[in-house]
Amino acid sequence: MKARSKRLMLVGGGVALLVAAVALVLSAFQQNLVFFHTPTEIAEGKAPTGKTFRVGGMVEEGSIAREPDGVTVRFAITDTAKVIPVTYKGTLPDLFKEGKGAVVQGKLENGVFRATEVLAKHDENYMPPEAAHAVEQAQKAATTLSQ
Amino acid sequence: MTKPERGRSLLRFASPQHFYPLAGRLAPWFAAIAILLTAIGLWLGFFVAPTDATQGQVYRVIFIHVPAAWMSMFIYLVMAFWSAVGLVMNTRLSFVMSQALAPTGAMFCFVALWTGALWGKPTWGAYWVWDARLTSQLLLLFLYFGFIALTRAIEDPRRADRAGAIIALVGAVNVPIIYFSVQWWNTLHQGASVSLTKAPSMAATMLTGMLVMAFASWAYTLAVVFWRVRPMILERERHTEWVAAELERAGASSQAAGGRA
Amino acid sequence: MGQWESWSAFWDMGGAAFYVWGSYGLTFALIALELVLVFQRRKDTVQRLLRWRRAVGKDSVKRNGEGYTPAMESEQ
Repeated sequence: MKARSKRLMLVGGGVALLVAAVALVLSAFQQNLVFFHTPTEIAEGKAPTGKTFRVGGMVEEGSIAREPDGVTVRFAITDTAKVIPVTYKGTLPDLFKEGKGAVVQGKLENGVFRATEVLAKHDENYMPPEAAHAVEQAQKAATTLSQ
Repeated sequence: MTKPERGRSLLRFASPQHFYPLAGRLAPWFAAIAILLTAIGLWLGFFVAPTDATQGQVYRVIFIHVPAAWMSMFIYLVMAFWSAVGLVMNTRLSFVMSQALAPTGAMFCFVALWTGALWGKPTWGAYWVWDARLTSQLLLLFLYFGFIALTRAIEDPRRADRAGAIIALVGAVNVPIIYFSVQWWNTLHQGASVSLTKAPSMAATMLTGMLVMAFASWAYTLAVVFWRVRPMILERERHTEWVAAELERAGASSQAAGGRA
Repeated sequence: MGQWESWSAFWDMGGAAFYVWGSYGLTFALIALELVLVFQRRKDTVQRLLRWRRAVGKDSVKRNGEGYTPAMESEQ
């Protein structure tokens, strides 16, 4: 029984040490584990400048506009606090819509984000179209009432 | 040994000799439950659950993606549990259990990655991104492969057991990282729709279909692992009289099946 | 048909047929493969252990089942 509890302590201690080590490594590499930065982080200067990185947030309502050339798209990514204007040439994913989440990859040049890749980020809500429509109506009603 | 009668009757199944026939008896029942639940789950998922407002029909991948991802994480934790029991109590059946679980865990892990890629392309616009959730799930697949390769490469079963147990325990740290990655870091992968801390953010019929498929994968795992562990036990216990008797029986019945009796 | 207007609408999956059926197809193929491998392994193990017992049986008479004779070996 004594040998058994000794082994239990060894195994338990080993696992505890390992968890601590992993926690340390993860907190050290926190920056690299982040898939995208928010517009607020960029405004605070936390995003890398001069190299490619990703910005994530919501596509601002009414911001999508096509350039006359037909391929360039302009829109804005917002986290409701700050806004980043984006330009992009290429095809957009089906789920890319105003008011929905998106992650864009590219470089920041003179305050405008030149995107080379656009990904749509959907949320964890799954509902039938009728329910989504009802939610939308309710939200509209709420905003009209509050105005 | 003066143990209460009930405790002894349960502990009986910790011995390979008693666990072997029990596993053989239970496996077909779990297989039947798995088939039944899969049929119900697929019917709910494809014919009862409505389409999703944002994603359309492609969201129906969820009925295998989420159960497979849950299973891949859960099986690894169970492997780590049996490995710890084996290291502490020196029970060899525990190691055999964790090794019998590994291939099924790896299969579910691969299924989660594969279905995730096929779901990511039409929704996100990419089959694969290196975000924290996807990367840590890929690491889990490599941990499964490492565990399987190591336990099979080492000839001496005692050393193979120990080496595998260490990978299982060390790698278990990755499981909470996978699970909480979507909360800890900005990821492209969305947060959990179903968790213990909040109400599920899914329509009821979608959720029911997904949970039924999750139970189906539990039953499947139990069935296939019980089937896989039986020959592993025979091999480990080949020097015992009960395995000799079992082999005589199996040999006689396979000859009867071959028409040579 | 529940959610579907026709079988062809069902198979089309709203245009996502490749992604949905690609997911389900591979999953069930892997499950079938796993089951085949598991039963194959049981067969192989039983046959290998039977051969091993016979090989050992020549040296260690103690382990032989009753009625075991080397003559039976040649019949197999």
